[in-house]
Amino acid sequence: MALNQGLVINGLHVTVETEAGTKEILKGVDLTVREGEIHAIMGPNGSGKSTLAYSIAGHPKYKITSGSVTLDGVELTTLSVDARARAGMFLAMQYPVEVPGVSVANFLRTAKTALSGEAPKVRTWIKEVNESLARLDLDHEFSARSVNEGFSGGEKKRHEIVQLELLNPKFAVLDETDSGLDIDALRIVSEGVNRYAAQGDRGVLLITHYTRILRYINPDFVHVFVDGHIVEEGGRELADELEASGYEKYTKVATQA
Amino acid sequence: MTATIVKADGSARNLQEAVEAVESHLHPKPSWDVADHPVPTGREEIWRFTPVSRIKGLLDATPSDAHLAWEESFPAGVTSRALSEQEAREVSAEAPVDRVSVLAAALSGGAQLIDVPAEAELDAPVSIVLRGTGQLVWGHIIVRIGHHARATVVIRHEGSATYGAKLDVLVGEGAVVNFVTIQDWADDTVHGGQTSVLVGRDAQLRTVTVSLGGSLVRLTETSRFAGPGGSLEQFGLYFVDAGQHIEHRLFVDHDAPQTHSKVDYRGALQGAGAHSVWVGDVLIRKVAERISTYEANKNLVLTEGCRADSVPNLEIQTGQIEGAGHSSTTGRFDDEQLFYLQSRGITPKEARRLVVRGFFSAIIAKIGVPELEQRLMTAIEAELTKSVAE
Repeated sequence: MALNQGLVINGLHVTVETEAGTKEILKGVDLTVREGEIHAIMGPNGSGKSTLAYSIAGHPKYKITSGSVTLDGVELTTLSVDARARAGMFLAMQYPVEVPGVSVANFLRTAKTALSGEAPKVRTWIKEVNESLARLDLDHEFSARSVNEGFSGGEKKRHEIVQLELLNPKFAVLDETDSGLDIDALRIVSEGVNRYAAQGDRGVLLITHYTRILRYINPDFVHVFVDGHIVEEGGRELADELEASGYEKYTKVATQA
Repeated sequence: MTATIVKADGSARNLQEAVEAVESHLHPKPSWDVADHPVPTGREEIWRFTPVSRIKGLLDATPSDAHLAWEESFPAGVTSRALSEQEAREVSAEAPVDRVSVLAAALSGGAQLIDVPAEAELDAPVSIVLRGTGQLVWGHIIVRIGHHARATVVIRHEGSATYGAKLDVLVGEGAVVNFVTIQDWADDTVHGGQTSVLVGRDAQLRTVTVSLGGSLVRLTETSRFAGPGGSLEQFGLYFVDAGQHIEHRLFVDHDAPQTHSKVDYRGALQGAGAHSVWVGDVLIRKVAERISTYEANKNLVLTEGCRADSVPNLEIQTGQIEGAGHSSTTGRFDDEQLFYLQSRGITPKEARRLVVRGFFSAIIAKIGVPELEQRLMTAIEAELTKSVAE
């Protein structure tokens, strides 16, 4: 496997504009996720985890001041949001956005067409969509509803995973996909992520505040994220340690620094 | 009571007005006498948003014998006949409330009355296409739906004209009616007038007003109830291009108990000088107990240089109601929506197209004539190529 396979983040610095002026949120992130790997990023609220997710996907609110993000050797930071998606990047959002009047079916078909460059074949596509909805415990009528409009928290997250399955990107960033889920939905969503990862040549960056999703999804690496950068790395035992003792020892270090 | 004017740049200012204002101020007393409706200066409450000089042709009392070309398609049982001016006055839902409609009534030489018989269950829409051929035209049309009938009526305007119109819609007791008007005029058309509806006891009327074309379209839409239990839903869609003025002025008069009204008008604006006006007045009279009403206006500003005026007013004379409310929003594309769509590989242009289609789809779906719905969606796609394609 070539060294540049997977997601490689190098020295990533990101700022946002606030009322108080420009604020640096990411302060030099270095991370490599090779294909076939699942990495968990764990950190306290306000540590910059979601900023990392949005910055990778290209949200216009976040300005990359230095550093690079490559996916299979392709520099993403200079690409538009849609071009990043076409390069294989997918972001399952913490707060999926309502798009009134646009049906899930239309949205999924438009996205699939945009990513593959041609419209999916009608008959097999509808079957694929319905099968994916069923796997996420959503009924057929779900596809007639407006995107995220009136969805429960659990429906929004399951809908994100339906997209992950159907669009099947090279790489998925999952931003707090576990937040707001009850135990059944958490299991269903986790199974979806595991099916995706089981393809073997995909990469997953799982951003979470809590360890409970890691009971269902087994990460190859765990990174502790505090104050805009990674402060500790390890295997899943690191998650178990966090479960027991929390983020306190890392946040104290950050404050002292 | 507070009315809000939201400008295209997103700034909003509150105007203390309306509720304490006398009814006659917002709503001139209906009258068939031309002398009761003098030529406006543009400073009057009901004319202050209108570029009066551009609608001058419909304010001067210039007689004209010209007609719009009339193409009708009526299901069996539906009839049409001419009424004298005097007969037309007696049948109409309401007397004229402004100068354009009083001139339309006075100078049209009578009205055309379309009758849908009582208890008719129409299997196809009552369809009228009116086509202008570049002339000044005064017109008066009355559509009368018999009691307990079920009907869809579609009036479509095309071509070039300076058209002053009065349109009356009488919905009999217990009737269920879908009434669609489409302003698909050529770019140079000026269309002004009044549409008045009278909703019968326990009747259900849904109106869909679509204004796409024309240089200036200014429609006053007044509604009243002939008895308790009536339900009125009014939907509107407008797409305003550079230099276009499209104005919809609604007045729902809850003058009977246990009536229900809902107004939902949505517009998109694009190009320098595009100007939309939506005024939604609801009056809940003392007699109108246990009514409910909600009105909403949403404007999507697609480019710089547009102006959307949106003024909801609610006048409440009884507290014994189920509910009353309104909302008005004017804004640009939601960046978060566009980001979400683009993060799935959808190009910015396609994302904007999806959002606009979605914005209008709830209104278009109310038309209930699939072929027409498809045609309108296509027309909106065509409009969008002007701005979204950039």
